[in-house]
Amino acid sequence: MFTEEELQKVEEIRSHYPTNLAAVMGVLHMYQDKAGIVDEKGIAYVAKLIDVPEEKVLGVATFYEMYHQHPTGKYKLQVCTNVSCMLCNSDMVLKTIKDKIGIGIGEMTDDGLFSVHEVECLGSCGTAPVLSLNKQYHENLTPEKINELIDTMKAKG
Amino acid sequence: MIDYQPVILPNIPDLHRIDVYEQHGGYAQIRKALGMKPTDVIDIVKASGLRGRGGAAFPTGLKWSFMPQQGEKPNYLCVNGDESEPGSFKDRQIFEFNPHLMIEGILIAGYALRIKAAYIYIRGEYETWVQMVEKAVADAYAKGYAGEKMKETFGTDYSLDIYVHRGAGAYICGEESSLMNSIEGKRPYPRVKPPFPAQSGLWDCPTTINNVETIANVPVIFEKGADWFKSIGAEKHPGPILYGISGHVNKPGVYELPTGMLLTELIYDVAGGVPGGKKIKMVIPGGSSMPPLRGDALDGIRMDADSLKEAGSAIGTAGIMVMDEDTDLTRILTRITHFYKVESCGQCTPCREGTGWMLKVLNRMLAGEGESKDLDLLHSVAKNIEGNTVCALGDAAAWPVKFAIERFRDEFEAELKR
Repeated sequence: MFTEEELQKVEEIRSHYPTNLAAVMGVLHMYQDKAGIVDEKGIAYVAKLIDVPEEKVLGVATFYEMYHQHPTGKYKLQVCTNVSCMLCNSDMVLKTIKDKIGIGIGEMTDDGLFSVHEVECLGSCGTAPVLSLNKQYHENLTPEKINELIDTMKAKG
Repeated sequence: MIDYQPVILPNIPDLHRIDVYEQHGGYAQIRKALGMKPTDVIDIVKASGLRGRGGAAFPTGLKWSFMPQQGEKPNYLCVNGDESEPGSFKDRQIFEFNPHLMIEGILIAGYALRIKAAYIYIRGEYETWVQMVEKAVADAYAKGYAGEKMKETFGTDYSLDIYVHRGAGAYICGEESSLMNSIEGKRPYPRVKPPFPAQSGLWDCPTTINNVETIANVPVIFEKGADWFKSIGAEKHPGPILYGISGHVNKPGVYELPTGMLLTELIYDVAGGVPGGKKIKMVIPGGSSMPPLRGDALDGIRMDADSLKEAGSAIGTAGIMVMDEDTDLTRILTRITHFYKVESCGQCTPCREGTGWMLKVLNRMLAGEGESKDLDLLHSVAKNIEGNTVCALGDAAAWPVKFAIERFRDEFEAELKR
Protein backbone atom coordinates (compact mmCIF):
# COMPACT_ATOMS: atom_id res chain seq x y z
CA MET A 1 0.00 0.00 0.00
CA PHE A 2 2.45 2.71 1.16
CA THR A 3 5.49 3.53 -0.96
CA GLU A 4 9.02 3.50 0.38
CA GLU A 5 8.80 7.27 0.84
CA GLU A 6 5.52 7.00 2.70
CA LEU A 7 6.93 4.29 4.95
CA GLN A 8 9.73 6.66 5.84
CA LYS A 9 7.12 9.25 6.74
CA VAL A 10 5.45 6.65 8.98
CA GLU A 11 8.77 6.08 10.74
CA GLU A 12 9.18 9.81 11.20
CA ILE A 13 5.72 10.07 12.78
CA ARG A 14 6.58 7.18 15.10
CA SER A 15 9.77 8.93 16.17
CA HIS A 16 7.70 11.80 17.61
CA TYR A 17 6.25 9.64 20.37
CA PRO A 18 7.44 7.20 23.04
CA THR A 19 4.73 4.65 22.10
CA ASN A 20 3.59 3.02 18.87
CA LEU A 21 -0.03 3.75 19.61
CA ALA A 22 0.48 7.52 19.53
CA ALA A 23 1.35 7.32 15.83
CA VAL A 24 -2.12 6.03 15.00
CA MET A 25 -3.77 9.36 14.13
CA GLY A 26 -1.00 10.52 11.83
CA VAL A 27 -0.84 7.19 10.01
CA LEU A 28 -4.63 7.03 9.69
CA HIS A 29 -4.52 10.48 8.09
CA MET A 30 -1.91 9.21 5.64
CA TYR A 31 -4.00 6.15 4.84
CA GLN A 32 -7.14 8.17 4.25
CA ASP A 33 -5.29 10.68 2.07
CA LYS A 34 -4.23 7.80 -0.12
CA ALA A 35 -7.28 5.52 -0.10
CA GLY A 36 -9.98 8.14 0.45
CA ILE A 37 -11.50 5.95 3.15
CA VAL A 38 -10.55 4.18 6.38
CA ASP A 39 -12.32 0.86 5.97
CA GLU A 40 -11.66 -2.52 7.60
CA LYS A 41 -8.78 -3.14 5.25
CA GLY A 42 -7.24 0.19 6.17
CA ILE A 43 -7.62 -0.44 9.88
CA ALA A 44 -5.92 -3.82 9.59
CA TYR A 45 -3.14 -2.33 7.49
CA VAL A 46 -2.43 0.56 9.88
CA ALA A 47 -2.56 -1.76 12.91
CA LYS A 48 0.01 -4.09 11.39
CA LEU A 49 2.20 -1.25 10.23
CA ILE A 50 2.59 0.35 13.64
CA ASP A 51 2.26 -2.91 15.54
CA VAL A 52 -0.79 -2.21 17.69
CA PRO A 53 -4.01 -4.24 18.11
CA GLU A 54 -6.63 -3.68 15.42
CA GLU A 55 -9.32 -2.83 17.94
CA LYS A 56 -7.26 0.12 19.15
CA VAL A 57 -7.07 1.50 15.63
CA LEU A 58 -10.77 0.83 15.09
CA GLY A 59 -11.59 2.69 18.31
CA VAL A 60 -9.72 5.75 17.12
CA ALA A 61 -10.87 5.62 13.50
CA THR A 62 -14.53 5.49 14.52
CA PHE A 63 -14.29 8.31 17.05
CA TYR A 64 -13.26 11.15 14.76
CA GLU A 65 -15.35 12.87 12.09
CA MET A 66 -12.54 13.12 9.60
CA TYR A 67 -11.84 9.42 9.16
CA HIS A 68 -14.49 8.15 6.78
CA GLN A 69 -15.66 4.56 7.11
CA HIS A 70 -17.98 4.96 4.12
CA PRO A 71 -17.23 6.17 0.61
CA THR A 72 -17.49 9.89 -0.03
CA GLY A 73 -17.45 11.89 -3.23
CA LYS A 74 -14.13 12.67 -4.83
CA TYR A 75 -14.91 16.25 -3.86
CA LYS A 76 -16.27 16.61 -0.35
CA LEU A 77 -18.26 19.79 0.10
CA GLN A 78 -18.17 20.22 3.86
CA VAL A 79 -20.52 23.02 4.79
CA CYS A 80 -20.42 24.68 8.20
CA THR A 81 -23.91 25.40 9.52
CA ASN A 82 -22.96 26.36 13.05
CA VAL A 83 -24.06 29.63 14.65
CA SER A 84 -21.83 32.25 12.99
CA CYS A 85 -22.25 30.66 9.56
CA MET A 86 -25.99 30.28 10.11
CA LEU A 87 -26.19 33.99 10.97
CA CYS A 88 -24.31 34.71 7.73
CA ASN A 89 -26.64 32.58 5.63
CA SER A 90 -25.23 29.07 5.40
CA ASP A 91 -28.77 28.16 4.22
CA MET A 92 -27.82 29.92 0.98
CA VAL A 93 -24.71 27.72 0.67
CA LEU A 94 -26.71 24.51 0.96
CA LYS A 95 -29.42 25.79 -1.38
CA THR A 96 -26.91 26.89 -4.02
CA ILE A 97 -25.25 23.48 -3.93
CA LYS A 98 -28.62 21.72 -4.11
CA ASP A 99 -29.72 23.84 -7.07
CA LYS A 100 -26.42 23.25 -8.83
CA ILE A 101 -25.79 19.52 -8.37
CA GLY A 102 -29.05 18.30 -6.88
CA ILE A 103 -27.79 16.90 -3.61
CA GLY A 104 -28.11 17.84 0.03
CA ILE A 105 -26.51 16.89 3.33
CA GLY A 106 -25.42 13.25 3.48
CA GLU A 107 -25.85 12.66 -0.25
CA MET A 108 -23.50 11.93 -3.12
CA THR A 109 -23.90 12.55 -6.85
CA ASP A 110 -24.44 9.41 -8.95
CA ASP A 111 -21.08 9.83 -10.66
CA GLY A 112 -19.38 9.85 -7.26
CA LEU A 113 -17.83 13.22 -7.96
CA PHE A 114 -19.44 15.26 -5.17
CA SER A 115 -20.75 14.60 -1.69
CA VAL A 116 -22.21 17.14 0.72
CA HIS A 117 -21.49 17.06 4.45
CA GLU A 118 -22.75 19.22 7.27
CA VAL A 119 -19.81 20.02 9.51
CA GLU A 120 -19.37 21.74 12.83
CA CYS A 121 -17.73 25.13 13.31
CA LEU A 122 -14.62 25.27 11.11
CA GLY A 123 -13.15 28.30 12.88
CA SER A 124 -13.95 30.68 10.04
CA CYS A 125 -16.53 32.69 11.91
CA GLY A 126 -15.05 36.02 10.79
CA THR A 127 -15.18 34.95 7.15
CA ALA A 128 -18.54 33.17 7.20
CA PRO A 129 -20.16 31.43 5.48
CA VAL A 130 -17.53 28.82 4.80
CA LEU A 131 -17.15 25.41 3.26
CA SER A 132 -14.17 23.13 3.16
CA LEU A 133 -13.61 21.39 -0.17
CA ASN A 134 -11.59 18.32 0.76
CA LYS A 135 -8.92 20.13 2.80
CA GLN A 136 -9.18 23.64 1.43
CA TYR A 137 -11.30 26.36 3.02
CA HIS A 138 -13.46 28.60 0.83
CA GLU A 139 -14.64 31.60 2.81
CA ASN A 140 -17.00 34.58 2.46
CA LEU A 141 -19.10 32.43 0.14
CA THR A 142 -21.56 33.85 -2.36
CA PRO A 143 -23.75 31.93 -4.85
CA GLU A 144 -21.36 33.01 -7.62
CA LYS A 145 -18.30 31.69 -5.76
CA ILE A 146 -19.99 28.37 -5.03
CA ASN A 147 -21.13 27.88 -8.62
CA GLU A 148 -17.70 28.75 -9.93
CA LEU A 149 -16.05 26.35 -7.49
CA ILE A 150 -18.31 23.48 -8.52
CA ASP A 151 -17.78 24.25 -12.21
CA THR A 152 -14.01 24.17 -11.70
CA MET A 153 -14.19 20.76 -10.00
CA LYS A 154 -16.54 19.42 -12.67
CA ALA A 155 -14.09 20.52 -15.38
CA LYS A 156 -11.25 18.78 -13.53
CA GLY A 157 -13.36 15.65 -13.21
CA MET B 1 -10.96 54.45 19.31
CA ILE B 2 -8.41 53.12 21.71
CA ASP B 3 -4.73 53.76 21.13
CA TYR B 4 -3.09 50.36 21.15
CA GLN B 5 -0.28 48.79 19.12
CA PRO B 6 -0.73 45.05 18.54
CA VAL B 7 2.10 42.82 19.78
CA ILE B 8 0.72 39.32 19.14
CA LEU B 9 -0.40 40.10 15.62
CA PRO B 10 1.62 43.23 14.77
CA ASN B 11 1.24 44.71 11.35
CA ILE B 12 4.59 43.50 9.98
CA PRO B 13 4.49 41.96 6.49
CA ASP B 14 5.78 38.37 6.24
CA LEU B 15 6.33 38.05 9.98
CA HIS B 16 5.52 34.35 9.63
CA ARG B 17 8.92 33.94 7.95
CA ILE B 18 11.72 33.12 10.35
CA ASP B 19 14.14 35.68 8.85
CA VAL B 20 11.58 38.47 9.24
CA TYR B 21 10.78 37.32 12.77
CA GLU B 22 14.52 37.41 13.59
CA GLN B 23 14.90 40.88 12.10
CA HIS B 24 12.24 42.08 14.50
CA GLY B 25 13.99 40.75 17.56
CA GLY B 26 12.75 37.18 17.34
CA TYR B 27 14.36 34.46 19.43
CA ALA B 28 16.09 37.04 21.66
CA GLN B 29 13.69 36.39 24.53
CA ILE B 30 14.46 32.69 24.82
CA ARG B 31 18.13 33.66 25.01
CA LYS B 32 17.26 36.01 27.86
CA ALA B 33 15.22 33.33 29.63
CA LEU B 34 17.98 30.75 29.32
CA GLY B 35 20.21 33.10 31.35
CA MET B 36 17.82 32.91 34.29
CA LYS B 37 16.87 30.22 36.75
CA PRO B 38 13.77 28.31 35.57
CA THR B 39 11.87 29.30 38.71
CA ASP B 40 12.67 32.97 38.02
CA VAL B 41 11.14 32.56 34.57
CA ILE B 42 7.97 31.24 36.20
CA ASP B 43 8.00 34.14 38.66
CA ILE B 44 8.04 36.65 35.80
CA VAL B 45 5.02 35.00 34.19
CA LYS B 46 3.31 34.98 37.59
CA ALA B 47 4.10 38.66 38.09
CA SER B 48 2.67 39.55 34.67
CA GLY B 49 -0.78 38.35 35.69
CA LEU B 50 -1.17 36.36 32.45
CA ARG B 51 -4.27 34.18 32.52
CA GLY B 52 -5.05 31.40 30.07
CA ARG B 53 -6.66 32.44 26.80
CA GLY B 54 -8.24 29.08 26.02
CA GLY B 55 -11.40 29.44 28.07
CA ALA B 56 -10.92 29.07 31.81
CA ALA B 57 -8.65 32.12 32.34
CA PHE B 58 -6.56 30.23 34.89
CA PRO B 59 -3.39 32.08 36.01
CA THR B 60 -0.61 30.75 33.78
CA GLY B 61 2.29 31.27 36.19
CA LEU B 62 0.42 29.41 38.90
CA LYS B 63 -0.31 26.54 36.53
CA TRP B 64 3.38 26.40 35.65
CA SER B 65 4.38 26.32 39.31
CA PHE B 66 2.49 23.02 39.76
CA MET B 67 5.05 21.26 37.57
CA PRO B 68 7.81 19.35 39.38
CA GLN B 69 11.21 20.91 38.76
CA GLN B 70 12.93 17.63 39.51
CA GLY B 71 11.70 14.14 38.92
CA GLU B 72 12.47 10.85 37.32
CA LYS B 73 9.88 11.15 34.59
CA PRO B 74 10.11 13.55 31.65
CA ASN B 75 7.85 16.62 31.66
CA TYR B 76 5.64 17.39 28.67
CA LEU B 77 3.96 20.48 27.27
CA CYS B 78 0.83 20.41 25.13
CA VAL B 79 -0.09 23.53 23.21
CA ASN B 80 -3.82 23.50 22.66
CA GLY B 81 -4.73 24.65 19.16
CA ASP B 82 -7.81 22.49 18.85
CA GLU B 83 -9.89 25.68 18.52
CA SER B 84 -13.26 24.02 18.00
CA GLU B 85 -15.56 26.07 20.21
CA PRO B 86 -18.09 27.65 17.84
CA GLY B 87 -17.35 31.34 17.48
CA SER B 88 -13.60 30.93 18.09
CA PHE B 89 -11.16 31.61 15.27
CA LYS B 90 -8.20 33.38 16.85
CA ASP B 91 -5.46 30.77 17.22
CA ARG B 92 -5.36 30.23 13.47
CA GLN B 93 -4.30 33.88 13.16
CA ILE B 94 -1.23 33.13 15.24
CA PHE B 95 -0.51 29.98 13.20
CA GLU B 96 -0.75 32.03 10.03
CA PHE B 97 0.75 35.39 10.89
CA ASN B 98 3.09 34.87 13.85
CA PRO B 99 3.89 31.18 14.39
CA HIS B 100 7.43 31.87 15.61
CA LEU B 101 6.10 33.91 18.51
CA MET B 102 4.25 30.76 19.62
CA ILE B 103 7.38 28.64 19.08
CA GLU B 104 9.51 31.06 21.10
CA GLY B 105 6.87 30.93 23.83
CA ILE B 106 7.09 27.14 23.79
CA LEU B 107 10.87 27.33 24.20
CA ILE B 108 10.58 29.68 27.18
CA ALA B 109 7.87 27.56 28.81
CA GLY B 110 9.91 24.48 27.97
CA TYR B 111 12.96 25.77 29.77
CA ALA B 112 10.99 26.99 32.78
CA LEU B 113 9.18 23.68 33.20
CA ARG B 114 12.08 21.43 32.09
CA ILE B 115 9.98 20.09 29.26
CA LYS B 116 11.37 17.23 27.20
CA ALA B 117 8.95 17.50 24.31
CA ALA B 118 6.15 19.84 23.32
CA TYR B 119 3.18 18.84 21.19
CA ILE B 120 1.29 21.50 19.28
CA TYR B 121 -2.19 20.03 18.89
CA ILE B 122 -3.97 21.51 15.88
CA ARG B 123 -7.50 20.57 14.85
CA GLY B 124 -7.58 18.36 11.79
CA GLU B 125 -9.72 20.67 9.69
CA TYR B 126 -6.96 23.29 9.89
CA GLU B 127 -4.86 21.37 7.34
CA THR B 128 -3.65 24.62 5.75
CA TRP B 129 -2.54 25.95 9.12
CA VAL B 130 -1.00 22.62 10.15
CA GLN B 131 1.27 22.97 7.15
CA MET B 132 2.14 26.54 8.07
CA VAL B 133 3.08 25.55 11.60
CA GLU B 134 5.02 22.48 10.44
CA LYS B 135 7.02 24.76 8.15
CA ALA B 136 7.69 27.21 10.99
CA VAL B 137 8.80 24.39 13.32
CA ALA B 138 11.07 22.94 10.61
CA ASP B 139 12.60 26.38 10.08
CA ALA B 140 13.20 26.77 13.81
CA TYR B 141 14.97 23.39 13.85
CA ALA B 142 17.03 24.30 10.76
CA LYS B 143 18.17 27.52 12.42
CA GLY B 144 19.12 25.66 15.57
CA TYR B 145 16.42 27.15 17.80
CA ALA B 146 14.89 23.78 18.65
CA GLY B 147 16.07 20.22 19.12
CA GLU B 148 19.59 19.10 19.95
CA LYS B 149 21.11 21.99 18.01
CA MET B 150 19.74 24.59 20.40
CA LYS B 151 22.43 23.58 22.90
CA GLU B 152 25.03 24.93 20.52
CA THR B 153 22.99 27.94 19.41
CA PHE B 154 22.32 29.17 22.91
CA GLY B 155 25.35 27.70 24.69
CA THR B 156 23.15 25.78 27.11
CA ASP B 157 22.63 22.18 28.13
CA TYR B 158 18.87 22.47 27.69
CA SER B 159 17.13 21.19 24.59
CA LEU B 160 13.54 20.62 23.60
CA ASP B 161 11.75 18.83 20.79
CA ILE B 162 8.62 20.32 19.24
CA TYR B 163 6.10 18.25 17.28
CA VAL B 164 2.85 19.08 15.55
CA HIS B 165 0.00 16.68 16.30
CA ARG B 166 -2.93 16.91 13.93
CA GLY B 167 -6.43 16.19 15.26
CA ALA B 168 -9.15 14.58 13.17
CA GLY B 169 -12.37 16.41 13.95
CA ALA B 170 -13.55 16.13 17.54
CA TYR B 171 -14.53 19.11 19.69
CA ILE B 172 -13.89 17.13 22.85
CA CYS B 173 -10.15 17.10 22.15
CA GLY B 174 -9.99 20.74 23.21
CA GLU B 175 -10.63 19.49 26.74
CA GLU B 176 -7.14 19.06 28.16
CA SER B 177 -7.34 15.47 29.36
CA SER B 178 -9.11 14.40 26.17
CA LEU B 179 -6.37 16.13 24.22
CA MET B 180 -3.74 14.07 26.04
CA ASN B 181 -5.59 10.83 25.33
CA SER B 182 -5.85 11.90 21.70
CA ILE B 183 -2.08 12.41 21.48
CA GLU B 184 -1.51 9.04 23.14
CA GLY B 185 -3.58 7.46 20.37
CA LYS B 186 -6.42 6.38 22.63
CA ARG B 187 -10.10 7.11 22.20
CA PRO B 188 -10.08 10.67 23.51
CA TYR B 189 -12.41 10.40 26.49
CA PRO B 190 -11.74 13.03 29.13
CA ARG B 191 -10.03 11.73 32.26
CA VAL B 192 -11.28 11.96 35.82
CA LYS B 193 -9.40 14.56 37.85
CA PRO B 194 -7.50 14.28 40.12
CA PRO B 195 -4.81 13.39 39.28
CA PHE B 196 -4.21 16.71 37.58
CA PRO B 197 -1.99 16.86 34.50
CA ALA B 198 0.92 18.41 36.40
CA GLN B 199 1.09 15.20 38.47
CA SER B 200 0.05 12.70 35.86
CA GLY B 201 -0.61 13.79 32.30
CA LEU B 202 0.72 12.61 28.98
CA TRP B 203 1.91 8.99 29.36
CA ASP B 204 1.44 9.45 33.14
CA CYS B 205 4.19 12.09 33.18
CA PRO B 206 3.90 15.66 34.51
CA THR B 207 2.25 17.76 31.81
CA THR B 208 1.15 21.32 31.28
CA ILE B 209 -1.47 22.26 28.71
CA ASN B 210 -1.56 25.86 27.52
CA ASN B 211 -3.61 27.50 24.79
CA VAL B 212 -1.80 28.80 21.67
CA GLU B 213 -2.56 32.43 22.45
CA THR B 214 -1.44 32.02 26.07
CA ILE B 215 1.92 30.68 24.96
CA ALA B 216 2.27 33.44 22.34
CA ASN B 217 1.98 36.04 25.11
CA VAL B 218 5.05 34.69 26.92
CA PRO B 219 7.82 36.17 24.71
CA VAL B 220 5.95 39.49 24.78
CA ILE B 221 6.09 39.47 28.58
CA PHE B 222 9.85 38.90 28.41
CA GLU B 223 10.36 41.60 25.83
CA LYS B 224 8.22 44.31 27.35
CA GLY B 225 8.35 43.29 30.97
CA ALA B 226 5.81 41.95 33.42
CA ASP B 227 4.98 45.49 34.58
CA TRP B 228 4.10 46.57 31.05
CA PHE B 229 1.93 43.51 30.59
CA LYS B 230 0.15 44.10 33.87
CA SER B 231 -0.57 47.69 32.88
CA ILE B 232 -2.54 46.64 29.77
CA GLY B 233 -6.29 46.19 30.10
CA ALA B 234 -8.20 44.86 33.08
CA GLU B 235 -6.32 44.89 36.37
CA LYS B 236 -7.06 41.31 37.37
CA HIS B 237 -7.02 39.86 33.88
CA PRO B 238 -4.42 41.93 32.07
CA GLY B 239 -2.68 41.90 28.73
CA PRO B 240 -3.45 41.86 25.04
CA ILE B 241 -6.25 39.57 23.94
CA LEU B 242 -7.53 38.41 20.57
CA TYR B 243 -11.23 39.16 20.28
CA GLY B 244 -13.02 37.23 17.56
CA ILE B 245 -16.17 39.06 16.55
CA SER B 246 -18.67 37.34 14.27
CA GLY B 247 -22.31 37.09 13.30
CA HIS B 248 -24.35 40.22 12.65
CA VAL B 249 -21.62 42.85 12.56
CA ASN B 250 -20.37 44.94 9.65
CA LYS B 251 -16.70 44.13 10.12
CA PRO B 252 -16.29 40.64 11.58
CA GLY B 253 -12.77 39.48 12.36
CA VAL B 254 -10.07 38.97 14.95
CA TYR B 255 -8.94 42.12 16.75
CA GLU B 256 -6.02 42.36 19.14
CA LEU B 257 -6.79 44.84 21.89
CA PRO B 258 -6.43 45.09 25.67
CA THR B 259 -8.62 42.93 27.87
CA GLY B 260 -11.51 44.63 29.61
CA MET B 261 -12.88 46.52 26.60
CA LEU B 262 -16.55 47.45 26.71
CA LEU B 263 -18.57 44.90 24.78
CA THR B 264 -20.53 47.72 23.14
CA GLU B 265 -17.30 49.43 22.06
CA LEU B 266 -16.10 46.20 20.46
CA ILE B 267 -19.35 45.63 18.63
CA TYR B 268 -20.07 49.18 17.50
CA ASP B 269 -16.68 50.87 17.16
CA VAL B 270 -14.30 48.01 16.42
CA ALA B 271 -16.58 45.73 14.42
CA GLY B 272 -18.58 48.52 12.79
CA GLY B 273 -21.97 47.88 14.40
CA VAL B 274 -24.92 45.81 13.21
CA PRO B 275 -25.88 45.72 9.50
CA GLY B 276 -28.91 47.87 8.75
CA GLY B 277 -28.56 49.58 12.12
CA LYS B 278 -30.68 46.86 13.70
CA LYS B 279 -30.93 46.29 17.41
CA ILE B 280 -29.11 43.41 19.07
CA LYS B 281 -31.14 40.55 20.51
CA MET B 282 -28.41 38.30 21.91
CA VAL B 283 -24.66 38.25 22.36
CA ILE B 284 -22.62 35.20 23.26
CA PRO B 285 -19.36 36.63 24.59
CA GLY B 286 -16.87 33.76 24.56
CA GLY B 287 -17.79 30.90 22.27
CA SER B 288 -21.08 29.02 22.12
CA SER B 289 -20.89 27.40 25.56
CA MET B 290 -20.81 30.68 27.44
CA PRO B 291 -24.07 31.99 28.93
CA PRO B 292 -25.74 34.37 26.43
CA LEU B 293 -26.33 38.01 27.25
CA ARG B 294 -29.37 40.12 26.39
CA GLY B 295 -28.83 42.74 23.72
CA ASP B 296 -30.80 45.29 25.74
CA ALA B 297 -28.52 44.87 28.75
CA LEU B 298 -25.01 45.18 27.30
CA ASP B 299 -24.16 48.61 28.64
CA GLY B 300 -21.18 48.65 30.93
CA ILE B 301 -20.21 45.00 30.41
CA ARG B 302 -16.47 44.63 29.94
CA MET B 303 -14.64 41.76 28.26
CA ASP B 304 -12.55 40.36 31.07
CA ALA B 305 -13.04 37.35 33.30
CA ASP B 306 -14.29 39.22 36.36
CA SER B 307 -16.62 41.70 34.65
CA LEU B 308 -18.24 38.94 32.62
CA LYS B 309 -18.63 36.78 35.69
CA GLU B 310 -20.44 39.64 37.36
CA ALA B 311 -22.62 40.01 34.27
CA GLY B 312 -23.54 36.33 34.51
CA SER B 313 -21.37 34.95 31.76
CA ALA B 314 -17.70 34.15 31.15
CA ILE B 315 -14.86 35.21 28.87
CA GLY B 316 -14.31 31.76 27.32
CA THR B 317 -12.30 32.19 24.14
CA ALA B 318 -13.38 35.84 23.70
CA GLY B 319 -15.22 34.77 20.57
CA ILE B 320 -18.12 37.20 20.47
CA MET B 321 -21.20 36.20 18.48
CA VAL B 322 -23.69 38.96 17.78
CA MET B 323 -27.31 38.30 16.85
CA ASP B 324 -29.66 41.02 15.64
CA GLU B 325 -33.30 41.60 16.57
CA ASP B 326 -34.61 39.36 13.76
CA THR B 327 -32.71 36.29 14.89
CA ASP B 328 -34.75 33.16 15.53
CA LEU B 329 -33.50 32.14 18.96
CA THR B 330 -35.19 28.73 18.88
CA ARG B 331 -33.25 27.93 15.74
CA ILE B 332 -29.97 29.18 17.22
CA LEU B 333 -30.42 27.22 20.43
CA THR B 334 -31.37 24.12 18.45
CA ARG B 335 -28.21 24.45 16.36
CA ILE B 336 -26.03 24.93 19.44
CA THR B 337 -27.61 21.91 21.11
CA HIS B 338 -27.19 19.86 17.93
CA PHE B 339 -23.47 20.70 18.13
CA TYR B 340 -23.10 19.48 21.70
CA LYS B 341 -25.10 16.35 20.99
CA VAL B 342 -22.90 15.47 18.01
CA GLU B 343 -19.72 16.28 19.92
CA SER B 344 -20.60 14.58 23.20
CA CYS B 345 -18.05 11.77 23.52
CA GLY B 346 -20.66 9.52 25.11
CA GLN B 347 -18.70 8.70 28.23
CA CYS B 348 -21.11 10.23 30.78
CA THR B 349 -24.81 9.44 30.69
CA PRO B 350 -26.16 12.91 31.62
CA CYS B 351 -24.35 14.53 28.68
CA ARG B 352 -24.79 11.70 26.16
CA GLU B 353 -28.52 11.29 26.82
CA GLY B 354 -29.34 14.79 28.00
CA THR B 355 -28.07 16.54 24.88
CA GLY B 356 -30.23 14.21 22.78
CA TRP B 357 -33.30 14.87 24.91
CA MET B 358 -32.78 18.62 24.71
CA LEU B 359 -32.36 18.41 20.96
CA LYS B 360 -35.60 16.42 20.61
CA VAL B 361 -37.56 19.02 22.55
CA LEU B 362 -35.98 21.90 20.63
CA ASN B 363 -36.70 20.24 17.29
CA ARG B 364 -40.30 19.86 18.40
CA MET B 365 -40.43 23.56 19.22
CA LEU B 366 -38.84 24.41 15.89
CA ALA B 367 -41.50 22.34 14.10
CA GLY B 368 -44.18 24.50 15.72
CA GLU B 369 -45.34 21.79 18.11
CA GLY B 370 -43.78 23.18 21.25
CA GLU B 371 -45.53 24.35 24.38
CA SER B 372 -44.58 26.69 27.16
CA LYS B 373 -43.92 23.75 29.49
CA ASP B 374 -41.25 22.52 27.06
CA LEU B 375 -39.15 25.45 28.20
CA ASP B 376 -39.39 24.17 31.76
CA LEU B 377 -38.52 20.68 30.59
CA LEU B 378 -35.46 21.94 28.74
CA HIS B 379 -34.36 23.91 31.76
CA SER B 380 -34.75 20.87 33.97
CA VAL B 381 -32.76 18.60 31.65
CA ALA B 382 -30.00 21.22 31.40
CA LYS B 383 -29.84 21.49 35.20
CA ASN B 384 -29.46 17.73 35.43
CA ILE B 385 -26.52 17.69 33.03
CA GLU B 386 -24.72 20.59 34.65
CA GLY B 387 -22.06 19.51 37.12
CA ASN B 388 -22.78 15.81 36.66
CA THR B 389 -20.16 14.88 34.08
CA VAL B 390 -16.44 14.09 34.03
CA CYS B 391 -15.53 17.10 31.91
CA ALA B 392 -16.82 20.60 31.28
CA LEU B 393 -18.56 19.65 28.03
CA GLY B 394 -21.64 18.79 30.06
CA ASP B 395 -21.74 22.32 31.41
CA ALA B 396 -20.94 23.66 27.95
CA ALA B 397 -24.02 21.91 26.59
CA ALA B 398 -26.23 22.86 29.54
CA TRP B 399 -25.36 26.53 29.96
CA PRO B 400 -26.58 27.91 26.62
CA VAL B 401 -29.95 26.18 27.15
CA LYS B 402 -30.32 26.98 30.83
CA PHE B 403 -29.32 30.62 30.56
CA ALA B 404 -31.08 31.27 27.25
CA ILE B 405 -34.35 30.13 28.80
CA GLU B 406 -33.79 32.09 32.00
CA ARG B 407 -32.86 35.28 30.16
CA PHE B 408 -34.92 35.10 26.99
CA ARG B 409 -38.09 33.38 28.18
CA ASP B 410 -40.17 36.18 26.64
CA GLU B 411 -38.57 35.65 23.24
CA PHE B 412 -39.05 31.88 23.32
CA GLU B 413 -42.66 32.24 24.45
CA ALA B 414 -43.28 34.61 21.53
CA GLU B 415 -41.60 32.21 19.10
CA LEU B 416 -43.76 29.35 20.41
CA LYS B 417 -46.89 31.27 19.45
CA ARG B 418 -46.00 31.95 15.82
